[in-house]
Amino acid sequence: MTPVFYLLAALTLAGGLAAVLLKHLVHCALAVTVAFAGLALLFLQLDAQFAGFAQILVYIGAVAILIVFAILLTRGSELPKDGVFSRTWFVGLVIAAGVFAVLGWAVLESVSAIPEQSAVPQVTVHDIGVALVGRYVLPLEIVALLLTAATIGAVIVAMHEKVRPK
Amino acid sequence: MAASSFFVDLDQIFIILRDWIVGFLPVALRPAAGVVLSVIAIVAVFPGLFALTTVFERKGLARIQNRLGPNRVGPFGFFQPIADGIKSLTKEDIVPFSANAAVHFLAPLVLVVTVFMGFAVLPMGRNMVLVDMDAGLLFFFAMGAATELSVFMAGWSSRNKYSLLGAMRAVAQMISYEVVLLLSSVAVVMISGSLSLPKIVAAQNQYTGWFPHWYIFTPWGLAGFIMYAIAATAETNRSPFDLPEGESELVAGYHTEYSGFKFALFFLGEYLAMFSISGLGTTLFLGGWSAPLSLLTWVPSWIWFFGKMMMSIFVFIWMRGTLPRLRQDQLMNFAWKFALPFTLLNLMVTALWRFMGEGWARWVVCTAILAVAYVVMARVGSREEHFGRRSYRYAE
Amino acid sequence: MLGEGILKGMAETARNFFGSYVSKDRLTTVQYPEQRIPTFEDARVFPFLVYDGADWEAGMRCVACQICEKECPPKCIYIDKSKDKKPDFVGKPQFYPARFDIDISVCMSCQICVEVCPFEAIKMDVQFELATTDRFGGLLYDRKELAKSNEYYHSIHPTEAAEVDARLAEEKAKVDAKAKAAADAAAAKPPSPSTSTPPAEGGS
Repeated sequence: MTPVFYLLAALTLAGGLAAVLLKHLVHCALAVTVAFAGLALLFLQLDAQFAGFAQILVYIGAVAILIVFAILLTRGSELPKDGVFSRTWFVGLVIAAGVFAVLGWAVLESVSAIPEQSAVPQVTVHDIGVALVGRYVLPLEIVALLLTAATIGAVIVAMHEKVRPK
Repeated sequence: MAASSFFVDLDQIFIILRDWIVGFLPVALRPAAGVVLSVIAIVAVFPGLFALTTVFERKGLARIQNRLGPNRVGPFGFFQPIADGIKSLTKEDIVPFSANAAVHFLAPLVLVVTVFMGFAVLPMGRNMVLVDMDAGLLFFFAMGAATELSVFMAGWSSRNKYSLLGAMRAVAQMISYEVVLLLSSVAVVMISGSLSLPKIVAAQNQYTGWFPHWYIFTPWGLAGFIMYAIAATAETNRSPFDLPEGESELVAGYHTEYSGFKFALFFLGEYLAMFSISGLGTTLFLGGWSAPLSLLTWVPSWIWFFGKMMMSIFVFIWMRGTLPRLRQDQLMNFAWKFALPFTLLNLMVTALWRFMGEGWARWVVCTAILAVAYVVMARVGSREEHFGRRSYRYAE
Repeated sequence: MLGEGILKGMAETARNFFGSYVSKDRLTTVQYPEQRIPTFEDARVFPFLVYDGADWEAGMRCVACQICEKECPPKCIYIDKSKDKKPDFVGKPQFYPARFDIDISVCMSCQICVEVCPFEAIKMDVQFELATTDRFGGLLYDRKELAKSNEYYHSIHPTEAAEVDARLAEEKAKVDAKAKAAADAAAAKPPSPSTSTPPAEGGS
């Protein structure tokens, strides 16, 4: 655990905390963008170049903008009257802690299954490409189908109604 | 031979200079110092080119429009950027009272930082790339995507409906044309087999007889380059796609509420984005730093790179002086109904090119497919639209 | 064909760009103030008062009829009539303006004062480089500053000035002819009975 890791983890956590604690929704969206950037830097620190840059390209370049558009086009830009915490915050905290415990247990179990001090695997983009169209081609095609369905749905929802000429 | 070693040295002069300076430092500091020096060089050269480009643009546009450009400051007006720089540094920095101060301050910073990062992967000459990343092209596009966020931040934080409108239009335009940009670059990646920019240039640096193997000289490369050029013009909000910052429509769009140095930063960011995207286009399609004829390889490689990049900039300026501005719906229609299908077809033609093997057959087939598709799509696209009654749907 | 228009447009702008270095038509800028386009004859900026001869006070054509003051739409002319009279170009005694002020910050160059003047006394000048550092007093021209000679009028509006001169000369000729005829008639007429002595009867 190098100091760089702690720094990046702190950045990601700060972004995440700011995203739930700030009052103005657009500020929250920008804070979540900082959290995404922190995640991307963590990927880069682990030498996963493709994952890191894809994270920046997709999350910061598209998902963050999507979130911001959604906030602006709906009336979410009004400040909450009663503060940011909802009335059932304790139950939410318990559930979040439960999910975190399960995930943490799963990660720690899998880490102990991998031998320590293994050489960092050199995964080049070529390897990712070969894997995507070789071993993982079925998930790739299913994801493509899903994306096509989403695009068609978006177009239908946003399309103008065609008026039949009399 | 003394002559050829002189030209080899001239070609590598910046590398030699850097190594010489770094040689004065202890061994432990040398790699870091080398990187710092290269960064300083990039940060010094490209804003200098920006200053020169503003003069060329003003004088070039002026001559196209039958008038003289600035010609009072310095010989033929070439010290004009100094006057402009002094003006923008000494202007009062006005921040609207109800603007979001933090976001308003950060927007130009984010823009300039992400645009400068894009220069890190461009190979500006033989051995002259700052970081040779395995996924260099992806890094470049990631930085371009982060630029859109800063445009939105600028428009929203100004608390001005014209800025917000300009920012929304700019972001919509940039997102649409980003798809076209990426897909036209993917064709190059398919043929060269790597995302690393120095390798792409090396793949184009071969000659049959006199002619280089630049990708623009292939049918799919030409189609890809034209689509890339159109998408690059739209990405950098240049004419004819400059509706988001159109002075006659939106005051100044998303940078209305910026004055003084922050506006200068936006201006700098826009021109640097133009440079970096032209640099990438040069690397992908025009052979990067390789010479156009095999007998001209003695000319230093960085001269070719910067020369080709400046040629692209002049074409940008030329287009600005020629074309009227496209309306928002016209440019979105163009992106999704013509540019994207054509680029996808280009991808398939590239695949066909790759798998048909060497010979004249693939030239004929690929050129025929692309030409027919272009004509058909153009005919379909320019059919008259029959407008019915308008219907509106508001986002509630 | 899609894209044909763009290519034709680009060819046209390229022709403009390179042509601007070569031909005069494609670079029409006049670099003021080092180069100037000569003003043309019908130009008009602000009015001035015409005087004949060498002395501006004696030769001024204006007779302070105050028609231009009344007709001026923004009321930028201020005239004070004199108490005494002086002879005009035909010799008839006329009033003259003791004060004739035009405020050129108000004047809108409509030329109505010129059109209504019956004595061809006020005409339009063509000088426009009249900037001054005094916003109020410096832009209020009195009759000394407004008085300019008939030769100057000829130099700026030659055709008009020649026409005006011809008309004035014609009027003067008519008045002179009438005066001459009156003088001749007075000389040829027999002396009236009350004033002349009857001729002597017979001689005795």
